[in-house]
Amino acid sequence: MEITLPQAVFLFLAAVIVVCSILTVTTKRILRSATYLLFVLFATAGIYFELNYSFLGAVQLTVYAGGIIVLYVFSIFLTRSDSVIKEKIKNSKVLAGLITAVVGAALCIFIMLTHSFPVSDFVTGELNQKVIGTALMGTGKYQYLLPFEAISVLLLACIIGGILIARKR
Amino acid sequence: MFDFKVVTEWIDEGLRNLLPASLVNITECVLIGICLLVAYALFALALIYAERKVCAAFQCRLGPNRVGPWGTIQVVCDMIKMLIKEIIEIKHVDRYLFNLAPYIVIISSLLAFSCIPFAKGLEILDFNVGIFFLIAVSSIGIVGILLAGWASNNKYSLIGAMRSGAQMISYELSIGLSMLTMVVLAGSMQLSTIVESQADGWFIFKGHIPAFIAFVVYLIAGTAETNRGPFDLPEAESELTAGYHTEYSGMHFGFFYVAEFVNMFIVAAVATTIFWGGWMPLHIPGWDSFNAIMDYIPSLIWFLGKSAVMVFIIMWFKWTFPRLRIDQLLRLEWKYLLPINLCNLLLMVVVVAFNLHF
Repeated sequence: MEITLPQAVFLFLAAVIVVCSILTVTTKRILRSATYLLFVLFATAGIYFELNYSFLGAVQLTVYAGGIIVLYVFSIFLTRSDSVIKEKIKNSKVLAGLITAVVGAALCIFIMLTHSFPVSDFVTGELNQKVIGTALMGTGKYQYLLPFEAISVLLLACIIGGILIARKR
Repeated sequence: MFDFKVVTEWIDEGLRNLLPASLVNITECVLIGICLLVAYALFALALIYAERKVCAAFQCRLGPNRVGPWGTIQVVCDMIKMLIKEIIEIKHVDRYLFNLAPYIVIISSLLAFSCIPFAKGLEILDFNVGIFFLIAVSSIGIVGILLAGWASNNKYSLIGAMRSGAQMISYELSIGLSMLTMVVLAGSMQLSTIVESQADGWFIFKGHIPAFIAFVVYLIAGTAETNRGPFDLPEAESELTAGYHTEYSGMHFGFFYVAEFVNMFIVAAVATTIFWGGWMPLHIPGWDSFNAIMDYIPSLIWFLGKSAVMVFIIMWFKWTFPRLRIDQLLRLEWKYLLPINLCNLLLMVVVVAFNLHF
């Protein structure tokens, strides 16, 4: 079987995602799992870049790699949670986790096998930034101003809530 | 004006004649990668030499002057020394994260470096969302610094990393907003388009008041983002020995050191690109003969010259102002720069909406 360059890149990124995802949950040290998670997010961004969707790739890098992971690392610094990790895990918990994992995997595989994927109408070349901008901020059909505003209000509420909790009495 | 596309297309054609099509892509990727790494190293060397000379001039010294003419070989010797130094292994550290951290920092810096349009037709990564991508990849460096601080198993390193994280996250807001102000004026995030649209006047002149405010804010925030003085708290020697890279030795330390210098250049180069016209020569509308003479200076010289001025200003900051305290640093960002920036963004939108720019 002939493997083209994009396929090889995809297979490499997929392998990185799978391996690092497993390492994220199996490693004993919490900061290492944050690092493996970072690699998973990088590889996902890599897939977006491979699809020529550089906007989503850049968003992935800023929001997840630059934002969420830094937040995780900061919370790990501030909580000293390595001692908590060393606790023995109960058998019942292991069983519950196993059942959840199997059910989740079965559901995912079932959906993937039964879903008929439409033939991709893949546009080569980069998606123009103006298209994304008007889709986000427009009020017509398939345009997302209302969700955008709703999320903005939600974030504002989160910021105010955070300040309220953190403020000194 | 010489277009570097001639050279790159000539190489591309030559390779296509020599190799099958599938190999051409891979060969070109490898070639570009090698060129990028070499350019990165050369820029780092030049900047370290410049830093020493500028620092010496500000302190009424001579600086390096023994090895080679005017001490120019000194930095090469230092590089060789750094390369052959032993990388010390420290007990009771997370060795995997400890060794990984410098690479995250250097990769982030290298990716940002590859976005810069150096000359006409000489840009490597030119996405539609260029500026956004630049901000995105430069934010990865914070993770590397935080990991370095944690993995060193040293309280000074950890404090340095925490300070650095807080500082870089805060100042990233200002950098992003001041760039956004210029994106509003340019109407595009693609770096090559931004440079092209400055052919009839650089944005700092076109956007007058809001552009100038954005430039000042960008320069302050950019200096803070690269952890340089007067914002070099993460590695304040008198308090934290050397901050997050205290425990590193040999080339691992070298990576942090080189990344810091090249990051300074990246900040200067981006300032050049979005405010001072990138590689675009100085054009004054109406002065046709003057414009024609300016076009004779190669675009690479324009770009490097402007960036050198920016780098000099950033170095000037370092050797002029005393170091800030951490609370002063965060107050400067959150209480002054951020509100100024938000108002400035609004002002720029008004200027663009009512067509008040040149």
